[in-house]
Amino acid sequence: MSKPIHILCAALLGSTLLAGGPAAAEEDTQVRSWAASCSACHGSAGASVGGMPAIAGQDRGKLATLLKEFKNGTRPATVMHQHAKGYTDEELDRLAAYFSRQRP
Amino acid sequence: MTSFSRRDFIKATGAAGALSLAGCAAIGQRKPIARVVVIGGGYGGATAAKYIRLWAPQIEVVLVEPNPAFVSCPLSNLVLGGSRTIDELTTGYDNLVKRHGVQLVRDTAVAVDADKRQVRLAHGDPLAYDRLIVSPGIAFLYDQIPGLATAEAQSRVLHAWKAGPQTVALRKQLESIRDGGVYALHIPKAPYRCPPGPYERAAQVAFYFKQHKPRSKVLVLDANPDITSKKGLFTKAWSERYPGIVEYRPNSELIDVDARTLTLKLLGEDIKADVLNVVPPQRAGDIAKQAGLITANDRWCGVDWLSTESLAVKGVHVLGDATLSAPGMPKSGFMANNHAKIAADAVIALITGREVNPHPIIANTCYSFVSDTDVVHVASVHKYDAAKKTLVAVEGAGGLSSVANDLEGKYAQAWAKNIWADALL
Repeated sequence: MSKPIHILCAALLGSTLLAGGPAAAEEDTQVRSWAASCSACHGSAGASVGGMPAIAGQDRGKLATLLKEFKNGTRPATVMHQHAKGYTDEELDRLAAYFSRQRP
Repeated sequence: MTSFSRRDFIKATGAAGALSLAGCAAIGQRKPIARVVVIGGGYGGATAAKYIRLWAPQIEVVLVEPNPAFVSCPLSNLVLGGSRTIDELTTGYDNLVKRHGVQLVRDTAVAVDADKRQVRLAHGDPLAYDRLIVSPGIAFLYDQIPGLATAEAQSRVLHAWKAGPQTVALRKQLESIRDGGVYALHIPKAPYRCPPGPYERAAQVAFYFKQHKPRSKVLVLDANPDITSKKGLFTKAWSERYPGIVEYRPNSELIDVDARTLTLKLLGEDIKADVLNVVPPQRAGDIAKQAGLITANDRWCGVDWLSTESLAVKGVHVLGDATLSAPGMPKSGFMANNHAKIAADAVIALITGREVNPHPIIANTCYSFVSDTDVVHVASVHKYDAAKKTLVAVEGAGGLSSVANDLEGKYAQAWAKNIWADALL
């Protein structure tokens, strides 16, 4: 009987940890940490406070395509083409998925 | 399960369940599982404090900072140029307290006792910690410039390399200079805080002179053999926008300063100016020295870049300009913000028993204003290299602006707004 208790306990703990954040059962802390780098320009969790494109809550597929276009140079940019080249396609996909789940 | 009450839960599971639930409830009420003390509320420390609370509200965070508000170094050269005021670069700490539950202690950390896990303060009672984050910024090595040993000399020959009263005072000196006067800026050997900062400053002072005192000169005396950042972009901006105003001299080794006569004593020649601005050589801030965190050249703090934990003192993490930078990593506010996020994630992992992220990725963009509107950038991406055991700049990524432009000027202003909010709001 102790197993369900632990599961519930973990669920309660999880919801406490994630209060105000995305409602995922188990957060991918690695992509969260990578994405936090982007927040220095694009706002905490991608919610820009102005002047920078807001990326929180954008469509996952569109964001992934955009990042890859920056990376391969088909979309002009001031600086994003230089940043995107620092990431693998898989890393860009995970970042796009993460930001798509954030509240704008 | 959606409306599963505490009473239902106890009924269903009995006493053992009630006990477990009590444990959960205690966490729900945010009884802290650990306490992290953060020393320094700049780009690194404020960000680390906020992100630990965002990502792990069950951890208590105490931020120790002597200043009443955060004043941004980035953009502070615009105060010298006249297009921004210091108030516009100032943000209070109240939102860290109100929105994020950070406990703010307005005091100066004077010692760390790593065995007792305590921080001693100048005024208040010692603070116990489970993990300590030290983000002290820089201290100036005035012992290398004997003529600037006294407070009086330091008030005549300003650094303005920590934004605040010195920035405002240097602006006043520039305002009082006669048309035809000379402003001389001395740059120390790298590494120093903000590699492109001195060259941006030269452009900003020239921007002011061109409008108000067009016969005045900006003399840039660099201890380095060449411009250390964005060389082509700065030389182009100086020669095209401020011809006859900016003069650059490399290899200008500083021997001493005569603060009374405003004379720079360089190896081989003396240079007299109307306003003398000396950026002294630097090391990690005082508390890093006291705590035994300095590991390199008596100046910088070596860290494990997976976690930013000190190489010298266990349980203590160091951020920002105070660190011995990884290869290709500038001492910038942006980098300090990104160090803080590695630290926050690692500190939470170490406290909760989760694995520390084995593959951190961080980045940097430094914007420099060559006028009130036009900007140039340098950018880089840094990934952990397990073989080299450090962060390395990713080859093929990063780079420079092609030319100074006003679109990046708008982005630079927006960057500032967003990174201040990211750290403090």
